[in-house]
Amino acid sequence: MNRLTSNPSFKAMLRQYGGLILALVALCLFFSYQHGAFFSVSNFVNIMIQVTVVAIAAFGMTYVILLGDIDLSVGSMIAVAGMVAAQCFISGFGFMSTLAITLFAGLVMGAINGMLVAKLSLPAFIVTLATMGIYRGAVSLPTQGKPARIDDEMWYIIGNEGISLQPIGIDFEIPYMVVILAVVFILNALLLSKTVFGRRTYLMGGNREAAVYSGIKVDRIRIIIFMLCGLMAAISGVILSARLGSAQVNAGQGYELDAIAAAVLGGTSLAGGAGTMVGTLLGAILIGVINNGMSLMNVEYFYQLIAKGIVIILAVYLDVRSKKART
Amino acid sequence: MSDRQTASDTLLEIRDLTRSFGPVQALRHMNLDIRPGKVHTLLGENGAGKSTLIKILSGLFPPSSGSIRFKGKAYSPASPLEATELGITTIFQELSLSRNLTVAENIYANHEPNSFGFIREKTLYDNARQLIAELDLPIDVLARVDDLSMAQRQLVEIAKGLSRPADLVIMDEPTSSLSDSEAELLFAIIEKLKARGTAIIYISHRMSEIMRISDDITIMRDGEYITTLGKEEADINKLIALMVGRSLDNVFPPRISETPTPNVTPLLEVDQLTAHGFFEDISFKVRPGEILGFFGLVGSGRSDVMKALFGLVPYTGNITIDGKAVTIRNPGEAIKLGLAFVTENRKEEGLVLSHSVGNNISMVALGYFTNSLGFLKTGLERNSALEQVRRLAIKTPNLEFTSGNLSGGNQQKIVLAKWLENKPRILILDEPTRGVDVGAKFEIYTIIRELAAQGTAILLVSSELPEVLGLSDRVIVMHKKQISADLPAENLTQEYVMTHAAGVAHAEGNSQ
Repeated sequence: MNRLTSNPSFKAMLRQYGGLILALVALCLFFSYQHGAFFSVSNFVNIMIQVTVVAIAAFGMTYVILLGDIDLSVGSMIAVAGMVAAQCFISGFGFMSTLAITLFAGLVMGAINGMLVAKLSLPAFIVTLATMGIYRGAVSLPTQGKPARIDDEMWYIIGNEGISLQPIGIDFEIPYMVVILAVVFILNALLLSKTVFGRRTYLMGGNREAAVYSGIKVDRIRIIIFMLCGLMAAISGVILSARLGSAQVNAGQGYELDAIAAAVLGGTSLAGGAGTMVGTLLGAILIGVINNGMSLMNVEYFYQLIAKGIVIILAVYLDVRSKKART
Repeated sequence: MSDRQTASDTLLEIRDLTRSFGPVQALRHMNLDIRPGKVHTLLGENGAGKSTLIKILSGLFPPSSGSIRFKGKAYSPASPLEATELGITTIFQELSLSRNLTVAENIYANHEPNSFGFIREKTLYDNARQLIAELDLPIDVLARVDDLSMAQRQLVEIAKGLSRPADLVIMDEPTSSLSDSEAELLFAIIEKLKARGTAIIYISHRMSEIMRISDDITIMRDGEYITTLGKEEADINKLIALMVGRSLDNVFPPRISETPTPNVTPLLEVDQLTAHGFFEDISFKVRPGEILGFFGLVGSGRSDVMKALFGLVPYTGNITIDGKAVTIRNPGEAIKLGLAFVTENRKEEGLVLSHSVGNNISMVALGYFTNSLGFLKTGLERNSALEQVRRLAIKTPNLEFTSGNLSGGNQQKIVLAKWLENKPRILILDEPTRGVDVGAKFEIYTIIRELAAQGTAILLVSSELPEVLGLSDRVIVMHKKQISADLPAENLTQEYVMTHAAGVAHAEGNSQ
């Protein structure tokens, strides 16, 4: 007998994500062949920076999709978080209190989504479609639709600087964004795969009725998960606004779709009950590689959109087919 | 039988019909002769093979072997649609109505009057009105099905079935959701159909209505044809004896412990429990180590009582555990009080089929395998699950195996294991052996006995009467949402329990 499934061995992981990793390698080889600058450490760091905002939002989305729900308001929550931060700084708050208030705003927005879904039994698709509009509209309230500058040194450092490896003799800098991505990823992966909360999320997503009969507090878990999704969106919002040095009213527009795509590419089942953070991270990186490679090749943006869509359909189809073949 | 009928007046003739699903023989050597203009009732317990027979006749699947002749010709419909076109209509128990459409739209679903694909609304509603008037049903054809009661929906279902010409109409428990007055409407329709020469295959568990409307009665048991009786040869006691008639020898493991005596303090006491529309005025006691059987026909309310005890149906009345009054509002509270509930639908309410055996077993008791930070102690969880796999002899390659790929018996044992992990004091078993093969059945019975011997109070709900009688210390019989009898199991006969369950105990007198 092997170990429990929520705790897969390296071999099992390879089997699970083999297709995704293969696609990543193939794309990397293709882009390297097309453009010499693709295959370099600095470009990979570049890709990770580009991936960070979507990947962190996608971690939150993974929980929601695991329950068989969806959160369309993620992009709007990213923008709200940026604007909350900007307004805090304008009102004279310091770095730490601004950060705390911004993340709290994410929790509140997520709680609103979660309560409406769990307590009023409204479909998550409809609730978050509505709050997508509400939150997006709310971004413009303080500035009447204009962007807001963020003048804070620490905030700027988060998005634009890194940890220098000079002291250990390497002429290289790890961007703080990538460090945050790594830490957030590890925390989410631990929460989902090693804790009771994570296990109950899987069980509830696999069969909500059975979870109810087993005494699992399904409403509470659902609300907490929408809050987690809001929190992740807020972290994405902090990073995006830090990188831009401002809060834009249309920040993060369409990111919910990239986040969903990343989770689904990573093997998260839209029916709920199956998926992992590792998969979502790989899915986000795959999307990042496609974007980056095509930009290097000077492919027009509209071609990029078409190509990305085709890759998503192809990858998910191959995944579905391989899973069918296994059972 | 042959002297009563000749080949010429037989509408449907079934000879030596067999149907197997894998190793399971659901129907064996079935014979049946249906006469035009007569009501022919199929009588048998759950699992007797009635549903299989109907599904073959309605074209859902073909028989494995045997012959069917309908109107003198070989009959083998490839689909339900073809069966209807050939003249056999089936009115199923499960409602097949679209809830957002009107009554008329539902009645003519799939054969709407139309010109070039455009529905002729006026004809549709005129035809529907005419049909409803002919059948004399109190239903507005313009009403949305969603706004109708369950009984009215059942009547619409019947009207839908009769909207096409048929020589043979099959009715599967049409009265199960009807009140007495609504059932009268159905019986009137049946009389009209008979007068027209239409034959009816009728399935019901209600003995009194069977005696009233049947012309012929065929008894089935364990997938086999037993016999066919004419109306004049049948009486209720004889039918029940034929229906249940198998011996209990060696099917049940012997009692391990003594039956608890009445002076032991009850572990669970239920007093005047009521949930309107579900059940009324339910009172009973169960002692540690006692197996209390619950028997009743489908719709008698027995499962709803169990759901209420588990906090899934709001109730009024008193529940006492260990002499202390308790309120149970949700399954979480029930579990904290030491209850466990193996439900009748293991696939819907019991298991997460797409997940591993191990994850399912630890589902309820996850709290035991957690450190203070909420992290799982996977080693502990694993060992405990392995212990259950050994104890219940669950046949699985490993703990990682997907539970949905195991047999029904093993799945049922996993559901049992997940509750035993939590060491319950009161175990509710609702149909614990449904869809489970004979070998696994015996193993599950043995486990039930062991649990009782260890002092667990057990509420055993089953529609298999031999199971209830073979395991229980006492039997509570439910009829029409109420308790109709509370009987010590010793020397209890199936016939006697059945008369209480069918609500004919008074009409027949005290036969014990």
